[in-house]
Parts: sequence; C-alpha cells; structure tokens
Amino acid sequence: MIDFALRTLPFLWDGLLVTLHVSAVVLVVSLVLGVAAGVGFAYGPLWVRAPLRLCSDVLRGTPLLVLIFCVYYLLPFAGLNLQPFPAAVIALSAFKAAHVAEIARGAISSIAPGQSDAGKAIGLTFAQRLAWVVFPQALRRFLPPWVNSVTDTVKGSSLVSLVGIVDLMLAAQQVIGRTYEPLPVYVLAALMYFAINYALSVASRRLEARFAYIRE
Amino acid sequence: MTEPLVRIRGLGKSFGPTRVLEGVDLDVGRGEAVVVIGPSGSGKTTLLRCINVLETYDEGSIQVDGVEVGYDGPPGPGRRPRRDGELARIRADIGMVFQLFNLFPHLTALENVMLGLTRVRGMPKAEARARAEHWLARVGLSDRMSNLPGQLSGGQQQRVGIARAVAMEPKVLLLDEITSALDPELVGEVLSAVQQLARDGMTMVVVTHEMTFARDVGTRIVFMDAARVVAEGTPREILVEPRHERLRSFLARIEMKGH
Repeated sequence: MIDFALRTLPFLWDGLLVTLHVSAVVLVVSLVLGVAAGVGFAYGPLWVRAPLRLCSDVLRGTPLLVLIFCVYYLLPFAGLNLQPFPAAVIALSAFKAAHVAEIARGAISSIAPGQSDAGKAIGLTFAQRLAWVVFPQALRRFLPPWVNSVTDTVKGSSLVSLVGIVDLMLAAQQVIGRTYEPLPVYVLAALMYFAINYALSVASRRLEARFAYIRE
Repeated sequence: MTEPLVRIRGLGKSFGPTRVLEGVDLDVGRGEAVVVIGPSGSGKTTLLRCINVLETYDEGSIQVDGVEVGYDGPPGPGRRPRRDGELARIRADIGMVFQLFNLFPHLTALENVMLGLTRVRGMPKAEARARAEHWLARVGLSDRMSNLPGQLSGGQQQRVGIARAVAMEPKVLLLDEITSALDPELVGEVLSAVQQLARDGMTMVVVTHEMTFARDVGTRIVFMDAARVVAEGTPREILVEPRHERLRSFLARIEMKGH
C-alpha cells in the first residue's frame, strides 16, 4: 500500500502543481477584480452599480462547470478560440471575482459612514480614504469569508479536469485508469486537497487573530 | 470691514421634496466663534456640513477665504461640482469635529492626529509626531497618546477629535454638536478645550444644544428654524433679550429641559 502510494506520487505531484497553479492565478485575478468591483458596489453611481449587479448575479447564479464550458466551447463561436488552461482560468476567475465582490462590498459597507466623513474632513482623497481608513478596518470582516472562498477555489479547480487539464483530479483518474486501484489513489488525492485547505484555514486563523485589534 | 473668512449667500438645499436650507446668509469673520442654535431638523447641522462639502448644496454660494467650496465658480448655470482632489485640498484647511467623534478605531490617538499631517500635509514622520504630541498635550492627553480610541472615555475620544482637527492648522473649525453624545460629567473637559481654542483666536462655527457653551464661547449667535436663519445677534441679544417669537419659545423649551 505504502509502496503503491509512493509509486503513484510523482504522477499526482505534477497534477497537484497544476491545481496549485490554477488556484493561485484565479486567487490573484479574482482578488484584484473582486475588490475593485466591491468598491464600485459600495461607492459607485447607479450606472456603475447596475451592470456590476447584473454581472455578479449571472456569474454567481451559473454553475461553475457551465461557466467553464461556456468559455471553452461557446466563445469559439464568437471567434475566440482559447486553450483549455486560459479558458478554465478565465471562467474560474470571473466566478470567483463575483463572490469576492460581494464579500468586499459587505466588508466595506459595514464601515460606518462617519469614518469616510472623518477622512474627508482632514483632506484625504478617495484613494487615501480607502487605503488608510476603510480598507484597514474592512480587512477584518473581509478575511474570514474570503478564506472560505479561497478553499472553495482550490476545490472548484478540480472542474478544470473536464476540459482536459491534467490537474490533481485528472492525474488521479489517469493513475486509476492504469492501475485499476481507485480507492488508495482517491484517498491520496483527497489528502492532498485537504492538506492545502487545512494550511489555508490555519493561515487564516492566524491572520484573523492578527487583525482583531479593533474593539467595538 | 475686512473680508469675512466664511461667506455664505443665498444657500439652498433640498433632500427630495424637503427644503433643508432656504436662502441662508452668514458671514464669519476671522477669529469669530459663531454659534448656530435651533430645534432639531432646522438645518443647522446640514449648514455646517455644507461648509466642508460633506453635503453638497444646490443653490447659492459658500466661500471660505475667498474660494467657492462646492463648485468651480460662483452661482450660475454651468458651474461644475468640484472633483474629489479639489475638495480634498479645500477640506484640508477646514477642520471638523463630529458628534460621534469618528476617530479611526484602528489607529492610536497619536496616529489619528498624525494621519492628516503625514498623508495630506506631506510632513516627515518625526515632525508630524512632534506636532501631534503638542496638540494632544494641549487637550490634556499626554498620557493617552498610544491608546486606541476603544480604550478611551468619550470625553477623551472627543478631545482626540479636536486635536486631530486643529493639528492641521485649519483656517476655520466646524464643531457639530460635539458634546451631545457625552455623559454629562465629561462635557466640561471638552468644552474647556474648545474655550481655550476660542481664546487663542481660532475661527469657529459651532452647532450646539449647550446654551451655556453658546453664551461663553460665542461671539455671535445664529438662530435657525425651518431651514432659515431667523435671528442673529450677540449672545446677549439672542439668549437674554430674545425678541423673535419662535426664538423665545425655543429657548423656553430648552429651559424646561432643566438647563
């Protein structure tokens, strides 16, 4: 059993790296886009908020797998032929960005309006108020749900296997296809997913403790 | 007479169908402390918040040191509301202290005062720290500088709020019911800090329900009711010998609350 696990490990390892790669890119892209959209939700005029609302609702209301298939199989009809990797990353990032936007909107809106007033009153510009007044306070409310969504990203990235990207999931299936030993391989893959997400949870608890400095 | 520091003419504002300011004229000279009193909903806080454009105004003009604050020019068609960056520069010279303090809860007392000095005035850290320490000492908080707002009493928080505003060395200081949220025994320490500033010649516009404060600090008192300035005069004219009917009934109601 141990011996078998050791022999399959190199194959799964390559898949694991792809899973981490996909997750990391999606995490960064969705964080940047999502926070920007969250700021738009919280402060934007109606002509900014309305299209954001539409995008966010459509993206969050569509199953992730359907989104991936849409980008991979439907965009070619619009003349946009994407390789599996960029297609999957775009779909995952858009989906995640919508979730991050809602989390960011909630965190920003939870800051009392008086905080922005005080920032304005000492002459801070909008960007400065975000950087020095709003974001530092919103961070504490942003982190817990965001880390949840990051672990979802890692798990959700397993769907990229369905457009032929050899991530941890597909690597496991390929090994099973050769060895006809599903149980140990799936257990091994599950342990790897768990290890990533458990590490993320621990890191988030540390972060939350570090940013729990605001007494209400 | 020299040009007033704050010059308000024909100020008008609506929230939807409700008129909250109607034809308000007001001059505040350098070193003056103008106190605005009136029943709640009379528009006095809105007036104050228009001066540093925390509220926009629809009609009329507010000039601070000769500069129209909310728009790029005098009243007339085609004037453009000022952009964020322009407003930031204008607001940096107009201090404000809030009813609910609005201190930044993630920053210490010292950092609260330093933020505007470093980020807006572009002061080096050491210089900003020295100036912040100076002002916190002036309001009696030398031993509380490294406390977070949550660790301070209401009176102490409000004094940090005052230090944060005056450390910017504003041309005019706006005080918005700064003692309303305080326990009665903490009101005195905040008022004496403000009295000290008034004696030092800080130009102030004060909205308050504290009639003793209005009498002691105010060089002039303005009575607002139903979106308009109804009466204006010295503390004596307004508080001791009120002639206007609505002013008299307002003062009578205040007296009954046991002032």
